[in-house]
Amino acid sequence: MFSIFQYSFIQNAFLAGTVVAIVGGFVGYFLVTRGLTFAGEALSHIGFAGAAAALFVGIDPIVGLLTFTIIAGIAIGIFGKDLREEDINIGIVMTLALGLGALFISLYNGYAEQAYSILFGTILGISHTDVLVTLIFGIGTIAILVAIFRPLLFSSADPEVAEARGVPVRALGILFLVLVAVAVSMSVQVVGVLLIFTLLVGPAATAIRLVHNPLGAVSISIALALAYTWLGIFLAATGSWPVTFYIATISFLVYLPVRLLTART
Amino acid sequence: MDTNKVISLDGVTVELGGRVIFNNVSFAVEKGEFVAVLGPNGAGKTTLLKLLLGLLKPTKGDVRVLGAVPHRGDGNIGYAPQHRVLETDLALRARDVVGFGLDGNKWGIGFGSRKRDALIDAALKEVDAYRFANAPIGHLSGGEQQRLLIAQALITDPKILLLDEPLSNLDINHAQEIIALLTEIAKHRGVTIMLVSHDINPLLPAANRVLYFARGHSAMGTPDEVVTSATLSRLYDTKVEVIRSGGHVFVVGAEI
Amino acid sequence: MNNFIDLVQQSFVENAFMAGTLIAIVSAIIGYFVVLRAQAFAAHALSHIGFAGATLAAVLGISGLLGMSGFTVAAALGMGALEKRIRGRDVEIGMILSFALGLGVLFLRWYTNSSSETVSVLFGSILSVTHADIILTLVFGIGTLVILAAIFRPLLFSSIDPEVAEARGVPIKILSILFMFLLAITVAEAIQVVGVLLVFALIVAPAAAAQHLTRKPFSAIAISVALGVAFTWGGLLLALATSWPVSFYIATLAALTYFIAVRIAHFARPHAHATHEHPDGEYIKAT
Repeated sequence: MFSIFQYSFIQNAFLAGTVVAIVGGFVGYFLVTRGLTFAGEALSHIGFAGAAAALFVGIDPIVGLLTFTIIAGIAIGIFGKDLREEDINIGIVMTLALGLGALFISLYNGYAEQAYSILFGTILGISHTDVLVTLIFGIGTIAILVAIFRPLLFSSADPEVAEARGVPVRALGILFLVLVAVAVSMSVQVVGVLLIFTLLVGPAATAIRLVHNPLGAVSISIALALAYTWLGIFLAATGSWPVTFYIATISFLVYLPVRLLTART
Repeated sequence: MDTNKVISLDGVTVELGGRVIFNNVSFAVEKGEFVAVLGPNGAGKTTLLKLLLGLLKPTKGDVRVLGAVPHRGDGNIGYAPQHRVLETDLALRARDVVGFGLDGNKWGIGFGSRKRDALIDAALKEVDAYRFANAPIGHLSGGEQQRLLIAQALITDPKILLLDEPLSNLDINHAQEIIALLTEIAKHRGVTIMLVSHDINPLLPAANRVLYFARGHSAMGTPDEVVTSATLSRLYDTKVEVIRSGGHVFVVGAEI
Repeated sequence: MNNFIDLVQQSFVENAFMAGTLIAIVSAIIGYFVVLRAQAFAAHALSHIGFAGATLAAVLGISGLLGMSGFTVAAALGMGALEKRIRGRDVEIGMILSFALGLGVLFLRWYTNSSSETVSVLFGSILSVTHADIILTLVFGIGTLVILAAIFRPLLFSSIDPEVAEARGVPIKILSILFMFLLAITVAEAIQVVGVLLVFALIVAPAAAAQHLTRKPFSAIAISVALGVAFTWGGLLLALATSWPVSFYIATLAALTYFIAVRIAHFARPHAHATHEHPDGEYIKAT
C-alpha cells in the first residue's frame, strides 16, 4: 500500500498538497471570520477566466490565475465596503469572468482537458516546477500572515477601535484579499476552481465551532486541512476516484456533525 | 498653555459631504471631568469622537488633546465603541478581546506570556468581568460585552476615556452598574471621561458637565445650566421645554 | 444573411428560442424575489448542486433536467426548512455546494472521460436541448408562473417585512419552502441555457439591474423580465451569428447592463440610500 510513495508524482502531490493545505487552513480562518466566503468563491471563479485566457494566449495558466485573482481581490478590497449589496456586485463580476472563460474554452478546442483540471484539480499531475512555485508562494503567504496576524485579527473583530489604535484597517483588508487570491490560486491545483470551499472554508468553519480562541482555531483549521488533503491524495492514488471528490466529501462529512452538534459560539 | 485642559476645541468647523456638522464650536474639558455628550442623531457626537481620535481633521479651527494635535494610535486615549460591534463568529474569548487593547496593533502572532495574562486579569477584575474571562464572547450579554470594551480601553492606562453610547441596549440596572463602574474608575485613576449618550437621565448623578450638540452648535455647562428650556430652545432654534419631575429630566419638543 | 435566416429557422433554433424565452421570463420573476430576499448565494449554490444531479442523470441515462431538478429541489427544501436565516448562512450553503460538486466530479468520472461533455453542463447547451426537455421546461415553467401568481402578494409581504407579515398571519415558513422549491426548479431550467456556472446571469442580474432603476415591485418585475428576455434573445442571435457560446453573450450582456443600471441609479439619485438604512450608517459614511 505504501509503495505508492516511491513514485515522484505522488511525492510531488503530497509536497504541494501540504503547502496548499497549510495556507488554506490559515487563510480560511480569516476568510470565514471576516465574512468573505462568497468573495473567496467568486475569486476562484474569476481565476478560472484568467487561467482560460492564459491558455488561450499560450502561457502557463497559473500566471493567468494569479493575475486575475489578485486584481479582483484588490478591487474587492478597495470598492467592497463602499457598495451596498456587495454580494451581488461580486457575483456579477464573477459571472462576467466566467462568461469570458466559457468563450476562451470554446475558442480553442484543444484544451478541454486542461480546462477540466483547472476546474476540478490536478494534484496528481503536477510537475516538479509547480511544486517549487507552490512552495515559494506558500512560504511567502504564511510569512506575511504570521506578521500581520494580530492587527488583522483586531481589525476583523473591531475595526473602529483598531483604527483608533493606529491599525491600518483598510490597507490590511486589501493585503488580506491579495493573500486570499494567492491561496485560491494555489488551492486550484489540489481541488480545482470550483471546490475552493472544501479547503479554504471547511476546515476553518469546523475549527471555529470547536475551539474558542484564535490561535487554537487556526491550528485546528490547518491540521484539518492537512488531514483532508493527505487522506484525499492517498485514497485517490490507491483507487481510481478523483482527489477532489475525496477531499470534498471528507470536508463535508466532518463539518456536518460538528455544525449540527455544537451551538453557535 | 493651560495644562489642565486635556481637551480643547477652538473655533472648530467640520464640513462633511456638503453638510456642516460643526459650526465654529469651542469648548474645553479639564482633567478628571466626567462629561456627558448629548444631542440628536447626526448632530455630530460621533464626529467629535473621530476628531479627538485623530481619525478626522477639522475643516477650520484647532483641536488639541493633551496639548497636542490628535493622532491615531495615541495610547493616552482609550476608546470604547458600542458593544454591538463584536462579531460572534470569531472564536474569541473575553480575555482575547481585552488583550487587543494591549497589543492588537502590534505585528506578529504574539504568543501569550504570564505578564500579559496578569495585565489582562487585572483589567478584567477592574470591570468585574473576571468571572467570565474565558467565555466565548458570543455567550455574553450586552452589558458584559460593554464591560470588556471598557477594560480593553483602560488596559493601556489612558488619561482620557471616550465612550460611544455605552448605555444603549442596556436595561436600567445594567446601565446604572456601568455608570457606577465608570465613576469609580474616574475617581481611582483620575481619567477624564467623555461619554456619548442619547439619554441624560442615567448620567445625572455622575456627570460634572454636559456638552450638548445640535444643529452645528454646542452648549456646555452643568446639567442644570444646559438642560434648560432656554438653552435648548436657543440651540434648536425652536420651542423646547424641559420638565423636571421626580428626579428625571424630560425634553419635550425636540429629540434629545 | 440568407444563411443566417435559414439557420434561425431550423427547428433546434426555434426550440432554443421557445425554451429560452420561457426560462428567461420565469428566471427574471423568481430573480426579483431572490434579490429582495438576499438569497443570491443560495441560488448560486443550487446551480452547483444541480451539477451533481446532471452528472448522475447522465450516468443513469435519464433526462438531465429531471436529474438536476431532483437534486436542486432536495437541497432547496433543506434550505427552506432551515430558513428564517438563510441570510448570513454563507458557510453552510457553501459547504453543501462543495459537497455536491464533489459528488458531481465523481459521477462525471463514471460517466465519461470526455471533457467537452463537462463543459456543456457547466456552460450551457440550449442549442442542443432535447424535445423531451422542452416539454418538461414548458410544464415546469408554466406551473411555476401559475404558482407565483397565486402567492405573489403574501410572498412580497413576507420578503420585505417577515416579522410583520407573520404577525398578520402570513405563513412565512411555508412560503419560504415553497419559494425555495420554485427557485430550485427555475435554477435547473436556467442551467440548460447558461450552464451551472452562469445561472447568476439569468436569475440575479436582470432583477438586480431592475431594482437599481426602480423601487416599485411591478415595474421592477416588468423591467427584469424585459431585460432577461433581451439578454437571452441577444445571446442566441449573437451566438448563431458568430458561433461563440450563448452563455458568454448572455453573461456579458447581463453584467454590462447591470453596471450601466448602477451608474444610472447613481446619477439619478446620488444621495439615495437603500431602503434598509444601516444603523451605523454614520460610522461608515462620516469619513
